[in-house]
Amino acid sequence: MKILVCISKTPDTTAKIAFIEGNTKFDESGVQWIINPYDEWYALVRAIELKEKDPSTIIHLVTVGGVEAEPIIRKALALGGDEAIRIDSNSNDSFTVANEIAQVAKEGAYDLIFTGKETIDYNSACIGSMLSALLDLPFVSLADHFDVTGNTATIKREIESGEETCEATLPMIVSCQKGMAEQRIPNMRGIMAARTKPLKVLTPAASTATTSIQIFDLPPTKSGVKLIDPENMDELVRLLKEEAKVI
Amino acid sequence: MVLVYIDQADQQIKKASLEALSYGAAIAKQLGCATEALIAGTVKENLAELGNYGAQKVHQLKNEALNSLDVKAHSTIIAAAAKSLNATVVVFAHNINGKAIAPAVAVRLGAGIVTGACSLPNTQNGFEVTKTVFSGKAFATIKIETPIKVIAINQNSFGIQNHNQAASVEEINIPIPAASIKITKVEKIEGEIPLTEANLVVSGGRGLKGPENWGILLDLAKALGAATACSRPVSDSDWRPHHEHVGQTGIQIAPNLYIAIGISGAIQHLAGVNRSKTIVVINKDPEAPFFKAADYGVVGDAFEIVPKLTAAILKMKSTA
Repeated sequence: MKILVCISKTPDTTAKIAFIEGNTKFDESGVQWIINPYDEWYALVRAIELKEKDPSTIIHLVTVGGVEAEPIIRKALALGGDEAIRIDSNSNDSFTVANEIAQVAKEGAYDLIFTGKETIDYNSACIGSMLSALLDLPFVSLADHFDVTGNTATIKREIESGEETCEATLPMIVSCQKGMAEQRIPNMRGIMAARTKPLKVLTPAASTATTSIQIFDLPPTKSGVKLIDPENMDELVRLLKEEAKVI
Repeated sequence: MVLVYIDQADQQIKKASLEALSYGAAIAKQLGCATEALIAGTVKENLAELGNYGAQKVHQLKNEALNSLDVKAHSTIIAAAAKSLNATVVVFAHNINGKAIAPAVAVRLGAGIVTGACSLPNTQNGFEVTKTVFSGKAFATIKIETPIKVIAINQNSFGIQNHNQAASVEEINIPIPAASIKITKVEKIEGEIPLTEANLVVSGGRGLKGPENWGILLDLAKALGAATACSRPVSDSDWRPHHEHVGQTGIQIAPNLYIAIGISGAIQHLAGVNRSKTIVVINKDPEAPFFKAADYGVVGDAFEIVPKLTAAILKMKSTA
């Protein structure tokens, strides 16, 4: 089985969010970069677990980003995976990114494509769904369990009112969330091995962006907390009813 | 024409779709065009009532096979319907189904998409929509550059608006592709308010010390008619089920009222709840970072305060 895992570089979850150049650009100064948690903890680690069960499995990682994404993709390779592909584009248009990955996916004839459920920077949750349309493959989103027997995948996914188990025939695309796999950290052997694993850099295919970011804004700061006397919960209820008008 | 996809679960229209329809109707008013709705599958509701939320016409793809989510099938037929109806804007709710389907529909229509939208478009200089980014810590205004636009609107960000009209209902015939997945088992969480749809949420953290102490929180939730949630350490310790975990890696919610009990307010937790309209924090540590993000704060022992708050709410409800 051949698995393609989509990896995105995101700011650390505790990074300070600020913007520069007239609020048109994210301020990267002092920001620690990480593998998007959903891509790492759930998509990549589940792929590694599948390879541990069936060592003939081949895992490729793909990222769309500039050379600064390489430490992240090396870190992903240190966790596991056989080789990585970086498409040299800094696009933040979901369609362009999905289209680049779709070219790699077509070329590699993968049985399975894993993505995280969304990235923690743009929160668009677009790539898996877009890939399914570009490649015309089945797509299951928000998966928290995934197993495969022969050509048939069994997936548990979150639905509006609970959980659903479904089956699909490979090839397919799955977006992964909490529950898929246990978080792990790279060991020294993995880190050493990652240094020599192949990392291919591809020139982006020409595609026209469908969207562009105009400007960023920060939410207005809260005017300050109103402290209520713990002995006077009637007052809190009154404020919630009359001032905030939420109950 | 603005086409709004009406989403359903268990053959019932989702509240988020009524908000998406209200939002779509507001866009149509801005653009001076019609608002139409598209629904796939069979639902129990009278579809003419979608007029109350702004639809002039409802198109129904009446086929039971479409009652559960199959992204390949749904995105194919929604895109085909949008093309044959000449929709210029297609609106989805940014809920579980909308997140799964909308980007695929955008690709099939060659349309640009903004998901997680939280404002009406600005059409003065092209077509710009503001969305939440960095897990609610910032906003980005995105210009959609294509003739057809797809928008998925964040839940609880626009509100449901009433229009006093009835919609005409028509069946639409589009060939339905073969199912790409087979559902083998459904486990429903019975009797609970789904967190993402709840207006009121009561949430507990490590400060409650153990699962045996959740009774006071459940009593408060019951008195309010609120859904219950928890912080990550709580779900990681299996004090509460995983589906209650709100935060950056759990689910993101935007209720009208979020009451946090014994939660310190780590940045990752705030990322899941900072779109709440009003936040109440109950914590014995006056230095807890959550107070900085709160509208109302109570410093003290949750085990004393929460039952008092429950009593005050019941008193208010009995006199209201």
